[in-house]
Amino acid sequence: MINNIMIVGVGGQGTLLASKILGRLFVDRGYDVRVSEVHGMSQRGGSVVTYVRRGERVASPLICEGEADLILAFEELEAARYLPYLKTGGIVIASRQRIEPAVVLTGASVYPPDIGDRVKKSGAILYEIDALEAAIEAGSPKAVNLVLLGVLSRLLPEIEPASWTKVIEQTVPPRFLEINERAFAAGRNMAIG
Amino acid sequence: MKQLMLGNEAVARGLWEGGIDLITGYPGTPSTEITEYASAYPIQSEWAPNEKVALEAVFGASLAGARAACTMKHVGLNVAADPLFTFSYTGVRGGAVVCVADDPAMHSSQNEQDSRHYAVAAKLPMLEPSDSSDALLFARSAFALSERFDCPVMLRTSTRIAHAQSPVETGERVEREMIPYQKDAAKYIMMPAYARARHPLVEARMEALAEYAEDCPYNRVEWGGKEIGVITAGTCYTYVKEALGDSVSVLKLGMVHPLPRRMIRDFAEQVGRLVVVEELDGIIENHCRSMGLSVEGKSLFSPIGELSQDKVARAFGLPRPENCKPQDDLPPRPPVMCPGCPHRGIYLAMKRLGLTVFGDIGCYTLGAQPPLSVPDSTLCMGASISAMHGYLKCRPEATNKAVAVIGDSTFVHSGITSLCEMVYNGTAGTVVILDNSITGMTGHQQNPASGYNIKGDPAAKVDLEALCRALGVRRVRVADPADIEACVEALREETTSGEPSVIISRRPCALLKTVKHEPPLAIDPDKCRGCRRCLSAGCPAIGFFEKRARIDSTMCVGCGLCKQLCPFEAIG
Repeated sequence: MINNIMIVGVGGQGTLLASKILGRLFVDRGYDVRVSEVHGMSQRGGSVVTYVRRGERVASPLICEGEADLILAFEELEAARYLPYLKTGGIVIASRQRIEPAVVLTGASVYPPDIGDRVKKSGAILYEIDALEAAIEAGSPKAVNLVLLGVLSRLLPEIEPASWTKVIEQTVPPRFLEINERAFAAGRNMAIG
Repeated sequence: MKQLMLGNEAVARGLWEGGIDLITGYPGTPSTEITEYASAYPIQSEWAPNEKVALEAVFGASLAGARAACTMKHVGLNVAADPLFTFSYTGVRGGAVVCVADDPAMHSSQNEQDSRHYAVAAKLPMLEPSDSSDALLFARSAFALSERFDCPVMLRTSTRIAHAQSPVETGERVEREMIPYQKDAAKYIMMPAYARARHPLVEARMEALAEYAEDCPYNRVEWGGKEIGVITAGTCYTYVKEALGDSVSVLKLGMVHPLPRRMIRDFAEQVGRLVVVEELDGIIENHCRSMGLSVEGKSLFSPIGELSQDKVARAFGLPRPENCKPQDDLPPRPPVMCPGCPHRGIYLAMKRLGLTVFGDIGCYTLGAQPPLSVPDSTLCMGASISAMHGYLKCRPEATNKAVAVIGDSTFVHSGITSLCEMVYNGTAGTVVILDNSITGMTGHQQNPASGYNIKGDPAAKVDLEALCRALGVRRVRVADPADIEACVEALREETTSGEPSVIISRRPCALLKTVKHEPPLAIDPDKCRGCRRCLSAGCPAIGFFEKRARIDSTMCVGCGLCKQLCPFEAIG
């Protein structure tokens, strides 16, 4: 059962919308839910993480080391950064997107070329997807979050597609709804693993 | 029907249901969204120039017989401390609530002070919710508590309450008439004779509140295993429940000041080992110790940073789940100044002149990191100007090599008096007001210099140039931070002018929706010689690959700063 989900990425990538949709979805399905976000300073292009937890009863809004069942990563490096939070044998869904942090841009450090291998070797199950490509195809590069949620929806078989559709309709601004629905469908139909 | 709600939204909802008439505050992470959400209700809502002003407005609203609340982050409470301590003496007419949000682990702050000390010092009751449901409930009941005990009530949250979502059930608003105004000099004029008469009432009130704490519905015991008894509050309660479940008994305190002494003693007597789990300082622990109880707390939990279920479990020697292997050598990704940020140009000019830069609180603090590395100090709101003044008093020879930088909102918050200090007490410093027309770091709030109010409607706008002149600064000029050379010239002229001066570096925040961007720039790889000068801007849109600089067209907003840095005309 996937109960503890971490959504990680770079400030400005739209991780908060993903956690909002996921949180609402779980509440609608009658689960106790906690979502923890970070606002403010770290949002400015920094590494960001959101915790989404569901269960019969959930107390803490945090996910600690070894407690995450799944990491939904908007960016490869960030997928690797939060690995210690993932339980052994946990799942990483990672968008193949790479955003170079400042130290890489200036040449002071290098972007690890072997992130996929590292993630697998760390004890995780990795699903890498071309989320950005699919989002652009759906109509907007900003719809990466919905592509990733579409992939995630496959791993939550207990939640039927209609519940997702309803929450997406309620959460996404109407003028972007069509693009986001297309992006979600693209993720859901994507070949993984 | 349960709905998921952010802690700050739940506080706003609770205040609304509790009959609030006026909300005010100054933006500060993690408190900001309380005021934003509250402003959506049909009540008086506003952003104040600073927290002190906000709390004083609440005092006035309370005098008027209305119910009012103000919001701030922990360091904002320092600014509001002056009215807070005496508001404790006058008491209220209409209910008054002071919402303060702490930031353990300093996700977005310059220190991690524990606001509970203020409740103790100012002799005020303090409520501390553990989740959104508590937050709504406590905020809703705080006004009645305030009126019953004739004092402002403090509502303390922390990042993991303020910015966590959990299910709540909303209720109806308490509809009430405002309490009629009546002059009562002995209660509301705090001159010595009257204040002396009020102090005993404050002490008596604390006694009455301590008695109330014994029956307060927000303090409760959850019996479990009695070998260990845990006293906890706020977000720590959730960590205790998560890590220890029903294996221990828990005394959950919703009111963290004053503390229920009998309840604590009864609880202590029925458990084997008494442990206080609290974030930051050992306030509850020390209270237990002062009662003569044998208790553990800070010997198990550090006063530094946040707690978590992991830390609680480890403190009690419980096994932790196996995790994936950490990757040690990953490049860090701290937050950075955005592409097109108007602070970058003026910073580059300061760097070129090798100035000593007294910084302030805002997005521009992000320029402290390499490659910009511009500010030399950052202390608190407004300190840039006053710190530079003190520095120059003792090092007058450095006058032509020092500047203070302060944002528009921060200047209005507490830079005005600092500028007054500089002019009045005679140092010839140069102050750079970074006027980006918004309060940026906290997520775009309006302020008195932006020309709009909290609802986005046009409002009176502080004329910064006229204000600085009125304070006695004769040399006031505006510079465009998009033009590095012009900024260098302005800085050179003002720092060497021999008298106090102000440069207003004016350009709106690049993230504002009203700002129209230029098309992205590109680097001609044939012209680029790999000198890396463009990289000195620290722009996240420029990278260096295979010995050449490259612009990420998806991030570039065409601000053109890098073009000004390139000696080979490779950027266009």
